[in-house]
Amino acid sequence: MLDKNGIAKRIAKEIKDGYYVNLGIGIPTLVANYIPEGVNVVLQSENGLLGMGPFPFEGEEDPDLINAGKQTITTLPGSSIFDSAMSFGMIRAQKIDLTILGAMEVSENGDIANWKIPGKMVKGMGGAMDLVASAKNIIVAMQHVNKAGESKLLPSCTLPLTGVKCIKKIVTELGVFDVLPEGGFKLLERAPGISVEEIRNATAGKLYAEDDVPEMVVG
Amino acid sequence: MINKVVANADEAIADITDGKTLMLGGFGLCGIPENCISALVKKGVKNLTCISNNAGVDDFGIGLMLKQRQVKKMISSYVGENAEFERQLLSGELEVELIPQGTLATRCLAAGYGMPAIFTPAGVGTEVAEGKETRNFDGKDYLMEYAFDADFAIVKAWKGDIAGNLIFRSTSRNFNPVMAMAGKTTIAEVEELVEIGELDPDHIHTPGVYVHRIFQGKDYEKRIEQRTVRSAN
Repeated sequence: MLDKNGIAKRIAKEIKDGYYVNLGIGIPTLVANYIPEGVNVVLQSENGLLGMGPFPFEGEEDPDLINAGKQTITTLPGSSIFDSAMSFGMIRAQKIDLTILGAMEVSENGDIANWKIPGKMVKGMGGAMDLVASAKNIIVAMQHVNKAGESKLLPSCTLPLTGVKCIKKIVTELGVFDVLPEGGFKLLERAPGISVEEIRNATAGKLYAEDDVPEMVVG
Repeated sequence: MINKVVANADEAIADITDGKTLMLGGFGLCGIPENCISALVKKGVKNLTCISNNAGVDDFGIGLMLKQRQVKKMISSYVGENAEFERQLLSGELEVELIPQGTLATRCLAAGYGMPAIFTPAGVGTEVAEGKETRNFDGKDYLMEYAFDADFAIVKAWKGDIAGNLIFRSTSRNFNPVMAMAGKTTIAEVEELVEIGELDPDHIHTPGVYVHRIFQGKDYEKRIEQRTVRSAN
Protein backbone atom coordinates (compact mmCIF):
# COMPACT_ATOMS: atom_id res chain seq x y z
CA MET A 1 0.00 0.00 0.00
CA LEU A 2 1.25 3.48 -0.84
CA ASP A 3 1.40 6.39 1.54
CA LYS A 4 0.55 9.93 0.36
CA ASN A 5 4.10 10.48 -0.86
CA GLY A 6 3.96 7.18 -2.73
CA ILE A 7 0.80 8.29 -4.56
CA ALA A 8 2.51 11.58 -5.40
CA LYS A 9 5.65 9.77 -6.58
CA ARG A 10 3.65 7.51 -8.90
CA ILE A 11 1.73 10.44 -10.37
CA ALA A 12 4.97 12.32 -10.98
CA LYS A 13 5.84 9.65 -13.55
CA GLU A 14 2.88 10.83 -15.66
CA ILE A 15 4.42 14.27 -16.08
CA LYS A 16 6.24 14.79 -19.35
CA ASP A 17 8.98 17.18 -20.29
CA GLY A 18 7.58 20.58 -21.28
CA TYR A 19 4.28 20.21 -19.45
CA TYR A 20 2.40 23.08 -17.84
CA VAL A 21 0.78 21.55 -14.76
CA ASN A 22 -1.82 22.70 -12.23
CA LEU A 23 -1.54 20.98 -8.85
CA GLY A 24 -4.44 21.04 -6.43
CA ILE A 25 -4.25 21.19 -2.65
CA GLY A 26 -3.33 18.08 -0.61
CA ILE A 27 -1.60 15.06 -2.16
CA PRO A 28 -1.30 16.82 -5.57
CA THR A 29 0.94 19.47 -3.99
CA LEU A 30 3.40 16.71 -3.02
CA VAL A 31 3.83 15.72 -6.66
CA ALA A 32 6.11 18.73 -7.14
CA ASN A 33 8.68 17.03 -4.88
CA TYR A 34 9.03 14.00 -7.18
CA ILE A 35 9.28 15.41 -10.68
CA PRO A 36 12.11 13.41 -12.27
CA GLU A 37 15.47 14.98 -13.00
CA GLY A 38 15.62 16.34 -16.54
CA VAL A 39 11.84 16.74 -16.84
CA ASN A 40 11.15 20.45 -17.17
CA VAL A 41 7.70 21.46 -16.03
CA VAL A 42 6.06 24.77 -15.26
CA LEU A 43 3.64 24.75 -12.34
CA GLN A 44 0.58 26.96 -12.54
CA SER A 45 -1.03 28.45 -9.48
CA GLU A 46 -4.50 29.63 -10.43
CA ASN A 47 -4.32 32.81 -8.37
CA GLY A 48 -2.12 34.08 -11.19
CA LEU A 49 1.34 32.54 -11.50
CA LEU A 50 3.18 30.30 -13.92
CA GLY A 51 6.50 29.00 -12.67
CA MET A 52 5.78 28.35 -9.01
CA GLY A 53 8.96 27.82 -7.02
CA PRO A 54 9.57 26.21 -3.62
CA PHE A 55 8.64 27.69 -0.25
CA PRO A 56 10.83 30.66 0.71
CA PHE A 57 13.58 30.43 3.31
CA GLU A 58 12.58 31.70 6.72
CA GLY A 59 12.66 35.48 6.78
CA GLU A 60 12.16 35.73 3.02
CA GLU A 61 8.38 35.24 3.00
CA ASP A 62 6.59 37.79 0.81
CA PRO A 63 2.93 38.39 1.70
CA ASP A 64 2.30 39.47 -1.91
CA LEU A 65 3.51 36.10 -3.25
CA ILE A 66 1.30 33.12 -2.43
CA ASN A 67 -0.11 30.07 -4.18
CA ALA A 68 -3.75 29.04 -4.53
CA GLY A 69 -3.52 27.33 -1.13
CA LYS A 70 -2.56 30.75 0.32
CA GLN A 71 0.91 29.45 1.22
CA THR A 72 3.96 31.67 0.87
CA ILE A 73 5.98 30.57 -2.16
CA THR A 74 8.69 31.86 -4.49
CA THR A 75 8.99 32.54 -8.20
CA LEU A 76 11.63 31.01 -10.47
CA PRO A 77 13.64 32.46 -13.34
CA GLY A 78 11.14 32.59 -16.21
CA SER A 79 8.05 32.89 -14.01
CA SER A 80 5.16 35.08 -15.11
CA ILE A 81 2.34 36.73 -13.19
CA PHE A 82 -1.13 37.62 -14.44
CA ASP A 83 -4.63 38.32 -13.21
CA SER A 84 -7.29 35.77 -12.24
CA ALA A 85 -9.26 36.12 -15.49
CA MET A 86 -6.22 35.30 -17.60
CA SER A 87 -5.35 32.47 -15.25
CA PHE A 88 -8.68 30.78 -15.89
CA GLY A 89 -8.53 31.84 -19.52
CA MET A 90 -5.47 29.66 -20.04
CA ILE A 91 -7.19 26.83 -18.16
CA ARG A 92 -10.37 27.14 -20.23
CA ALA A 93 -8.40 27.37 -23.47
CA GLN A 94 -6.58 24.14 -22.55
CA LYS A 95 -3.12 25.66 -22.47
CA ILE A 96 -2.46 23.73 -19.26
CA ASP A 97 -1.36 20.18 -20.13
CA LEU A 98 -2.21 18.38 -16.91
CA THR A 99 -4.37 18.98 -13.86
CA ILE A 100 -3.86 16.91 -10.72
CA LEU A 101 -6.48 17.23 -8.00
CA GLY A 102 -8.01 15.49 -5.04
CA ALA A 103 -11.54 14.12 -4.77
CA MET A 104 -14.08 12.93 -2.24
CA GLU A 105 -15.78 10.68 -4.81
CA VAL A 106 -15.30 9.61 -8.42
CA SER A 107 -17.96 7.70 -10.33
CA GLU A 108 -17.41 4.96 -12.91
CA ASN A 109 -18.48 7.34 -15.68
CA GLY A 110 -15.88 9.92 -14.66
CA ASP A 111 -17.97 12.31 -12.56
CA ILE A 112 -16.16 13.93 -9.65
CA ALA A 113 -17.37 15.37 -6.34
CA ASN A 114 -14.94 17.34 -4.22
CA TRP A 115 -16.41 20.62 -3.07
CA LYS A 116 -19.36 20.21 -0.75
CA ILE A 117 -20.83 17.95 1.90
CA PRO A 118 -24.41 19.17 2.40
CA GLY A 119 -25.05 20.33 5.95
CA LYS A 120 -21.43 19.73 6.96
CA MET A 121 -18.94 21.49 4.77
CA VAL A 122 -19.60 24.57 2.70
CA LYS A 123 -16.23 25.92 1.76
CA GLY A 124 -16.85 26.37 -1.94
CA MET A 125 -15.46 25.02 -5.18
CA GLY A 126 -12.69 27.56 -5.69
CA GLY A 127 -11.22 26.83 -9.11
CA ALA A 128 -12.06 23.12 -9.17
CA MET A 129 -15.17 23.38 -11.38
CA ASP A 130 -13.31 25.46 -13.95
CA LEU A 131 -10.39 23.04 -13.95
CA VAL A 132 -12.39 19.83 -14.36
CA ALA A 133 -14.70 21.33 -16.99
CA SER A 134 -11.85 22.37 -19.26
CA ALA A 135 -8.71 20.35 -18.59
CA LYS A 136 -7.78 17.92 -21.33
CA ASN A 137 -5.91 15.66 -18.95
CA ILE A 138 -6.92 15.23 -15.32
CA ILE A 139 -5.47 12.82 -12.77
CA VAL A 140 -7.25 12.36 -9.47
CA ALA A 141 -5.02 11.70 -6.46
CA MET A 142 -6.94 10.39 -3.50
CA GLN A 143 -7.34 7.75 -0.83
CA HIS A 144 -9.29 4.75 -2.11
CA VAL A 145 -11.73 4.74 0.82
CA ASN A 146 -12.99 7.51 3.10
CA LYS A 147 -12.51 7.79 6.86
CA ALA A 148 -15.59 5.63 7.41
CA GLY A 149 -14.01 2.90 5.30
CA GLU A 150 -16.39 3.42 2.36
CA SER A 151 -15.17 3.25 -1.22
CA LYS A 152 -14.64 6.55 -3.03
CA LEU A 153 -14.75 4.82 -6.43
CA LEU A 154 -18.50 4.55 -6.90
CA PRO A 155 -21.16 3.55 -9.44
CA SER A 156 -22.37 7.15 -9.13
CA CYS A 157 -21.43 10.05 -6.85
CA THR A 158 -23.58 10.69 -3.79
CA LEU A 159 -22.20 14.17 -3.07
CA PRO A 160 -22.90 17.32 -5.14
CA LEU A 161 -20.87 17.12 -8.34
CA THR A 162 -17.91 19.26 -9.29
CA GLY A 163 -17.91 18.08 -12.91
CA VAL A 164 -19.35 15.37 -15.12
CA LYS A 165 -17.59 12.76 -17.27
CA CYS A 166 -14.23 14.46 -16.92
CA ILE A 167 -11.95 12.10 -14.95
CA LYS A 168 -9.91 9.61 -16.95
CA LYS A 169 -7.23 8.51 -14.49
CA ILE A 170 -7.10 7.89 -10.73
CA VAL A 171 -4.16 7.01 -8.49
CA THR A 172 -4.92 5.77 -4.97
CA GLU A 173 -2.88 4.00 -2.29
CA LEU A 174 -4.08 0.71 -3.84
CA GLY A 175 -3.52 1.20 -7.55
CA VAL A 176 -3.70 3.09 -10.82
CA PHE A 177 -7.01 3.16 -12.69
CA ASP A 178 -8.37 4.35 -16.00
CA VAL A 179 -11.98 5.45 -16.16
CA LEU A 180 -13.28 3.73 -19.28
CA PRO A 181 -15.27 5.77 -21.83
CA GLU A 182 -18.07 3.18 -21.65
CA GLY A 183 -18.03 3.31 -17.83
CA GLY A 184 -16.11 1.41 -15.16
CA PHE A 185 -12.68 1.50 -13.56
CA LYS A 186 -9.92 -0.42 -15.27
CA LEU A 187 -7.13 -1.52 -12.96
CA LEU A 188 -3.81 -0.75 -14.68
CA GLU A 189 -1.33 -1.28 -11.83
CA ARG A 190 -1.49 -2.66 -8.30
CA ALA A 191 0.31 -0.94 -5.43
CA PRO A 192 3.18 -3.04 -4.03
CA GLY A 193 1.84 -5.97 -1.99
CA ILE A 194 -1.82 -5.35 -2.88
CA SER A 195 -3.89 -8.06 -4.56
CA VAL A 196 -6.60 -7.59 -7.18
CA GLU A 197 -9.00 -9.09 -4.65
CA GLU A 198 -8.21 -6.41 -2.07
CA ILE A 199 -8.73 -3.72 -4.68
CA ARG A 200 -12.00 -5.26 -5.78
CA ASN A 201 -13.25 -5.30 -2.19
CA ALA A 202 -12.42 -1.60 -1.79
CA THR A 203 -14.09 -0.56 -5.06
CA ALA A 204 -17.85 -0.04 -5.10
CA GLY A 205 -18.00 0.86 -8.80
CA LYS A 206 -17.53 -1.59 -11.65
CA LEU A 207 -13.92 -2.82 -11.70
CA TYR A 208 -12.24 -4.41 -14.68
CA ALA A 209 -8.99 -6.25 -14.02
CA GLU A 210 -6.99 -8.56 -16.27
CA ASP A 211 -5.56 -11.76 -14.80
CA ASP A 212 -2.03 -10.43 -14.60
CA VAL A 213 -2.24 -6.79 -13.53
CA PRO A 214 1.34 -5.65 -12.95
CA GLU A 215 2.61 -4.31 -9.67
CA MET A 216 3.50 -0.65 -10.03
CA VAL A 217 7.06 0.54 -9.99
CA VAL A 218 7.28 3.56 -7.71
CA GLY A 219 10.21 5.95 -8.00
CA MET B 1 -4.68 65.42 -16.81
CA ILE B 2 -7.61 64.57 -14.58
CA ASN B 3 -6.76 64.34 -10.91
CA LYS B 4 -8.62 61.55 -9.10
CA VAL B 5 -6.90 61.78 -5.75
CA VAL B 6 -8.96 61.70 -2.59
CA ALA B 7 -7.49 62.28 0.85
CA ASN B 8 -8.04 58.89 2.42
CA ALA B 9 -10.22 55.79 2.67
CA ASP B 10 -12.99 57.59 4.56
CA GLU B 11 -13.39 60.11 1.76
CA ALA B 12 -13.09 57.41 -0.92
CA ILE B 13 -16.01 55.40 0.47
CA ALA B 14 -18.08 58.35 1.75
CA ASP B 15 -20.94 57.74 -0.72
CA ILE B 16 -21.15 53.98 -0.17
CA THR B 17 -24.50 53.58 1.53
CA ASP B 18 -26.60 50.70 2.83
CA GLY B 19 -27.64 48.07 0.30
CA LYS B 20 -24.93 48.69 -2.29
CA THR B 21 -23.11 45.98 -4.24
CA LEU B 22 -19.34 46.04 -3.78
CA MET B 23 -16.54 44.16 -5.47
CA LEU B 24 -13.47 43.71 -3.30
CA GLY B 25 -10.16 42.63 -4.80
CA GLY B 26 -7.75 40.11 -3.32
CA PHE B 27 -7.13 36.38 -3.07
CA GLY B 28 -7.28 35.18 0.50
CA LEU B 29 -5.69 38.05 2.40
CA CYS B 30 -3.28 38.80 -0.46
CA GLY B 31 -3.92 42.12 -2.20
CA ILE B 32 -7.03 43.09 -0.26
CA PRO B 33 -7.99 46.77 0.11
CA GLU B 34 -7.21 46.92 3.84
CA ASN B 35 -7.75 50.67 4.26
CA CYS B 36 -11.16 50.74 2.59
CA ILE B 37 -12.34 47.69 4.52
CA SER B 38 -11.38 49.44 7.78
CA ALA B 39 -13.23 52.56 6.64
CA LEU B 40 -16.35 50.55 5.75
CA VAL B 41 -16.25 48.89 9.17
CA LYS B 42 -15.94 52.31 10.81
CA LYS B 43 -18.76 53.77 8.72
CA GLY B 44 -20.99 50.83 9.61
CA VAL B 45 -22.89 50.60 6.31
CA LYS B 46 -25.16 47.58 6.19
CA ASN B 47 -27.02 45.19 3.89
CA LEU B 48 -24.09 45.08 1.50
CA THR B 49 -23.69 42.54 -1.27
CA CYS B 50 -19.99 41.70 -1.51
CA ILE B 51 -18.42 40.08 -4.53
CA SER B 52 -15.01 38.78 -3.53
CA ASN B 53 -13.16 35.52 -4.14
CA ASN B 54 -12.91 34.87 -0.42
CA ALA B 55 -14.48 36.23 2.75
CA GLY B 56 -11.38 36.99 4.79
CA VAL B 57 -10.65 35.37 8.13
CA ASP B 58 -12.42 35.92 11.45
CA ASP B 59 -10.43 38.98 12.45
CA PHE B 60 -9.16 40.40 9.16
CA GLY B 61 -10.34 41.40 5.72
CA ILE B 62 -14.02 40.99 4.92
CA GLY B 63 -14.27 38.94 8.11
CA LEU B 64 -14.30 42.26 9.99
CA MET B 65 -17.40 43.35 8.06
CA LEU B 66 -19.07 39.99 8.62
CA LYS B 67 -18.46 40.22 12.35
CA GLN B 68 -20.38 43.53 12.39
CA ARG B 69 -23.19 41.97 10.32
CA GLN B 70 -22.70 44.49 7.51
CA VAL B 71 -22.95 41.91 4.75
CA LYS B 72 -26.31 40.67 3.53
CA LYS B 73 -24.97 38.54 0.70
CA MET B 74 -21.56 37.16 -0.26
CA ILE B 75 -20.69 36.06 -3.78
CA SER B 76 -17.45 34.06 -3.60
CA SER B 77 -15.70 30.93 -4.83
CA TYR B 78 -14.11 29.77 -1.59
CA VAL B 79 -14.96 30.74 1.96
CA GLY B 80 -13.29 28.07 4.04
CA GLU B 81 -11.20 30.12 6.44
CA ASN B 82 -13.82 31.91 8.45
CA ALA B 83 -15.74 30.40 11.40
CA GLU B 84 -18.06 33.41 11.83
CA PHE B 85 -18.93 33.20 8.16
CA GLU B 86 -19.84 29.54 8.52
CA ARG B 87 -21.95 30.27 11.60
CA GLN B 88 -23.92 33.03 9.82
CA LEU B 89 -24.34 30.82 6.76
CA LEU B 90 -25.64 27.80 8.65
CA SER B 91 -27.98 29.97 10.76
CA GLY B 92 -29.37 31.61 7.63
CA GLU B 93 -28.30 35.13 8.63
CA LEU B 94 -26.07 35.42 5.60
CA GLU B 95 -26.98 34.72 2.01
CA VAL B 96 -24.17 33.08 0.06
CA GLU B 97 -23.74 32.38 -3.62
CA LEU B 98 -20.77 30.13 -4.32
CA ILE B 99 -19.58 30.26 -7.91
CA PRO B 100 -16.56 28.83 -9.75
CA GLN B 101 -13.46 30.99 -9.44
CA GLY B 102 -12.94 31.35 -13.18
CA THR B 103 -16.59 32.26 -13.63
CA LEU B 104 -16.22 34.94 -10.95
CA ALA B 105 -13.14 36.41 -12.63
CA THR B 106 -14.62 36.28 -16.11
CA ARG B 107 -17.92 37.86 -15.06
CA CYS B 108 -15.81 40.79 -13.83
CA LEU B 109 -13.87 40.81 -17.08
CA ALA B 110 -17.10 40.83 -19.11
CA ALA B 111 -18.36 43.87 -17.20
CA GLY B 112 -15.11 45.70 -17.86
CA TYR B 113 -15.14 44.75 -21.53
CA GLY B 114 -18.75 45.82 -22.05
CA MET B 115 -20.06 42.34 -22.73
CA PRO B 116 -23.37 41.29 -21.14
CA ALA B 117 -22.55 37.62 -20.64
CA ILE B 118 -20.02 34.86 -21.10
CA PHE B 119 -20.23 31.16 -21.86
CA THR B 120 -18.23 28.78 -19.70
CA PRO B 121 -18.24 25.00 -19.23
CA ALA B 122 -17.53 25.39 -15.50
CA GLY B 123 -20.43 23.98 -13.52
CA VAL B 124 -22.23 22.20 -16.36
CA GLY B 125 -24.11 19.23 -14.90
CA THR B 126 -23.75 20.51 -11.32
CA GLU B 127 -25.98 22.53 -9.00
CA VAL B 128 -24.22 25.68 -10.27
CA ALA B 129 -26.07 25.15 -13.57
CA GLU B 130 -29.54 25.17 -11.99
CA GLY B 131 -31.78 27.76 -13.61
CA LYS B 132 -29.13 28.86 -16.09
CA GLU B 133 -29.32 28.88 -19.84
CA THR B 134 -27.11 26.25 -21.48
CA ARG B 135 -25.77 26.50 -25.02
CA ASN B 136 -23.98 23.88 -27.05
CA PHE B 137 -21.01 24.91 -29.15
CA ASP B 138 -19.20 22.27 -31.20
CA GLY B 139 -20.67 19.45 -29.15
CA LYS B 140 -19.83 20.84 -25.73
CA ASP B 141 -22.24 22.43 -23.25
CA TYR B 142 -21.61 25.87 -21.78
CA LEU B 143 -23.46 27.90 -19.17
CA MET B 144 -24.41 31.46 -19.88
CA GLU B 145 -23.20 33.61 -17.01
CA TYR B 146 -23.99 37.32 -16.79
CA ALA B 147 -21.51 40.14 -16.38
CA PHE B 148 -21.50 41.48 -12.83
CA ASP B 149 -23.30 44.71 -12.09
CA ALA B 150 -21.51 46.29 -9.13
CA ASP B 151 -22.00 49.79 -7.75
CA PHE B 152 -18.44 49.99 -6.50
CA ALA B 153 -15.21 48.10 -7.10
CA ILE B 154 -12.57 48.52 -4.41
CA VAL B 155 -9.07 47.40 -5.31
CA LYS B 156 -5.58 47.50 -3.91
CA ALA B 157 -2.58 48.23 -6.12
CA TRP B 158 1.14 48.60 -5.48
CA LYS B 159 1.67 51.86 -7.32
CA GLY B 160 -0.70 54.29 -8.90
CA ASP B 161 -0.56 57.79 -10.31
CA ILE B 162 -2.94 60.67 -9.69
CA ALA B 163 -4.72 59.88 -12.98
CA GLY B 164 -5.62 56.42 -11.71
CA ASN B 165 -3.17 54.30 -13.68
CA LEU B 166 -2.32 51.21 -11.63
CA ILE B 167 0.52 48.72 -11.28
CA PHE B 168 0.13 45.60 -9.16
CA ARG B 169 2.85 43.63 -7.45
CA SER B 170 3.34 39.86 -7.67
CA THR B 171 0.33 37.62 -6.96
CA SER B 172 -1.44 40.43 -5.11
CA ARG B 173 -2.62 41.27 -8.64
CA ASN B 174 -5.16 38.39 -8.69
CA PHE B 175 -8.73 39.75 -8.99
CA ASN B 176 -7.78 43.41 -8.61
CA PRO B 177 -7.35 44.39 -12.29
CA VAL B 178 -10.56 42.70 -13.48
CA MET B 179 -12.58 44.14 -10.62
CA ALA B 180 -11.09 47.57 -11.23
CA MET B 181 -12.54 47.36 -14.74
CA ALA B 182 -15.93 46.19 -13.56
CA GLY B 183 -17.21 48.71 -11.03
CA LYS B 184 -19.56 51.56 -11.92
CA THR B 185 -17.34 53.50 -9.54
CA THR B 186 -13.86 52.16 -8.90
CA ILE B 187 -11.80 53.06 -5.86
CA ALA B 188 -8.11 52.21 -5.80
CA GLU B 189 -5.91 52.30 -2.72
CA VAL B 190 -2.19 52.12 -3.44
CA GLU B 191 0.98 51.68 -1.45
CA GLU B 192 2.68 54.43 -3.38
CA LEU B 193 0.92 57.30 -5.12
CA VAL B 194 2.99 59.15 -7.71
CA GLU B 195 2.65 62.11 -10.06
CA ILE B 196 1.74 61.58 -13.69
CA GLY B 197 4.70 60.70 -15.86
CA GLU B 198 6.42 58.67 -13.17
CA LEU B 199 4.97 55.34 -14.28
CA ASP B 200 6.15 53.83 -17.55
CA PRO B 201 3.06 53.58 -19.82
CA ASP B 202 4.29 50.16 -20.93
CA HIS B 203 4.08 48.89 -17.36
CA ILE B 204 0.53 49.95 -16.53
CA HIS B 205 -1.76 47.01 -15.70
CA THR B 206 -4.97 49.01 -15.28
CA PRO B 207 -5.43 52.17 -17.36
CA GLY B 208 -6.71 55.13 -15.36
CA VAL B 209 -9.91 55.32 -17.38
CA TYR B 210 -11.28 52.52 -15.21
CA VAL B 211 -10.39 54.21 -11.91
CA HIS B 212 -12.47 57.02 -10.40
CA ARG B 213 -10.81 57.63 -7.04
CA ILE B 214 -7.33 56.91 -5.81
CA PHE B 215 -5.48 57.45 -2.55
CA GLN B 216 -2.29 56.41 -0.88
CA GLY B 217 -3.08 53.86 1.81
CA LYS B 218 -1.25 53.56 5.09
CA ASP B 219 -0.28 51.05 7.78
CA TYR B 220 -0.57 47.99 5.55
CA GLU B 221 -0.55 44.86 7.66
CA LYS B 222 -0.39 42.38 4.73
CA ARG B 223 -1.19 39.45 6.93
CA ILE B 224 0.05 36.03 5.77
CA GLU B 225 -2.55 33.27 5.93
CA GLN B 226 -0.28 30.22 5.57
CA ARG B 227 3.33 30.96 6.37
CA THR B 228 5.27 28.15 4.72
CA VAL B 229 9.06 28.01 4.60
CA ARG B 230 11.76 25.52 3.67
CA SER B 231 14.65 24.73 5.93
CA ALA B 232 17.95 26.40 5.17
CA ASN B 233 19.88 23.16 4.70
